[in-house]
Amino acid sequence: MNRMIGLFKRSENKPEAGGMMPAAEERLKCPVCKSRLRKIDIKHNKMVCPECGYHYRLNARSRLKVICDKDSFQELFTNISTSDPLIFPGYRKKLEELSEKKVAHEGVLCGTGTINGYETALFIMDPSFMMGSMGSVVGEKISRLFEYAIAHHLPVVGFTASGGARMQEGILSLMQMAKVSGSVGKHSQAGGLYITVLTDPTTGGVTASYAMLGDILIAEPGTLIGFAGKRVIEQTTGKKLPEDFQSAEFLLKHGFLDAIVPRTELKETLARLLRQHGAKEVHHAGL
Amino acid sequence: MQAYDRLKAARAQDRPTSRAYIEALFHERTELHGDRRFGDDAAIIGGIGELGGRTVTFIGIERGRDLKERIACHFGSPMPEGYRKALRLMKQAEKFKRPVVCFVDTSGAYCGEDAEERGQGLAIAENLMEMMGLATPIITVVIGEGGSGGALGLSVADRLFMLENAVFSVISPEGCASILWKDAKKAPDAAECLHITAYDMKQFGVAEQVIPEEFENFHKMCVKMEAQLVEEINVLCRKNTAQLLEERYQRFRRLGDWNESY
Ligand SMILES: [Zn+2]
Repeated sequence: MNRMIGLFKRSENKPEAGGMMPAAEERLKCPVCKSRLRKIDIKHNKMVCPECGYHYRLNARSRLKVICDKDSFQELFTNISTSDPLIFPGYRKKLEELSEKKVAHEGVLCGTGTINGYETALFIMDPSFMMGSMGSVVGEKISRLFEYAIAHHLPVVGFTASGGARMQEGILSLMQMAKVSGSVGKHSQAGGLYITVLTDPTTGGVTASYAMLGDILIAEPGTLIGFAGKRVIEQTTGKKLPEDFQSAEFLLKHGFLDAIVPRTELKETLARLLRQHGAKEVHHAGL
Repeated sequence: MQAYDRLKAARAQDRPTSRAYIEALFHERTELHGDRRFGDDAAIIGGIGELGGRTVTFIGIERGRDLKERIACHFGSPMPEGYRKALRLMKQAEKFKRPVVCFVDTSGAYCGEDAEERGQGLAIAENLMEMMGLATPIITVVIGEGGSGGALGLSVADRLFMLENAVFSVISPEGCASILWKDAKKAPDAAECLHITAYDMKQFGVAEQVIPEEFENFHKMCVKMEAQLVEEINVLCRKNTAQLLEERYQRFRRLGDWNESY
């Protein structure tokens, strides 16, 4: 994955900010169909373009809102934060800038919650934190989540979004691939269900580890999924690659995905699969 | 010695490749081919042989000894079918309860349209998970370049040995320098920043042993390496499976660095 760290530019849009209600007249131009639509209408459609179905990228908090039942989410492992083990040039400064943006969960948000009433452990990678790159904190939190899920007999639903390993942590970031894959394996051995939802973009070391290890692999339409970067392949082979190369549709065609599910149907799909694998149904005030 | 000088030594064309170690270390060899799914990747060689009176499975990433071989094994960058071939041989080793010895020497997994179409990411991912649970001892020796996920795909082991100029890195220093500083020529600086040497790996707990290089007396070097491998295999073979697997898991589980508040 050394060749694909940092290739992240596929669509122009930045991950959506989330949280604040958009002004009624604020408009967004769809990068695909070019429609200028009211942001509030796109938001009500789970940040999917109502005209052409383009899926905007979501940060972890916004993803949580479209997947988890209201007020059901309990965040885990909030006490873990980034160190700078190699004293890598510029890393500390980058982290300080990010801490001002208050992305407290780092590259991944972990916890438990319910999806249409079905209880599950969840991890949601956040493309707005250093491109969702996988460093020690991401690896440690996801490993702990799988261990928590084993101890509490919970399924795991994981949303991947990553530019790959975080080179500022050197070999320690690479080793997270093995570590998390080991935790996934333990959860699987214990009979636990792991559903992976691959979201745009899932590349590099995350693709070559836990993103591909789900019992069921689902992707949102148009998601970029790959190991090596498209530009790097084009540069090394001198060959122009097809437009759909490394899209979710390309992977489905080649047999590497179970299904492509639009965001608007994702919650129902996950709830159904959780129920069919014996997930516990709980009722809480928020539902 | 600077990290980048070690990397250059690790990449040197006259450096012994996996095949040389396999021929020197294992007796009564049978080479085995193919992944039983798609093809036989020449970048991964493997088979059965004897080491210290014990039957073992050997697997190596092969860069090729001359240009013809290098082209045939695409310069030591394995294809998905190469990782699947390696996994097939490891599963076979598990069934017959024989230890596995892997040799790593690659700038990275093959990067191309065909590799993506056949699931390069999945192939590596499955090796990581399956090796973590493989119920037989695994020792990996990094003999040259340990390039990223492509090297990790054979490195989920109970022990990792590294030759003194071997390196292990999340990204090539050239790639790192061009992303960070838009200048691949700053690779020597990136190599220092990334901490890629065998001695760094030992400090991080990624590697257990650093093996001195004595290429001018390759036979003597391999006799010593054989003794080290046999000693560790004997230690690992005395453990019961549950203990072996838990220790392997913990070996990786503790890797990483973060701040934790209570
Ligand atoms: Zn549109």
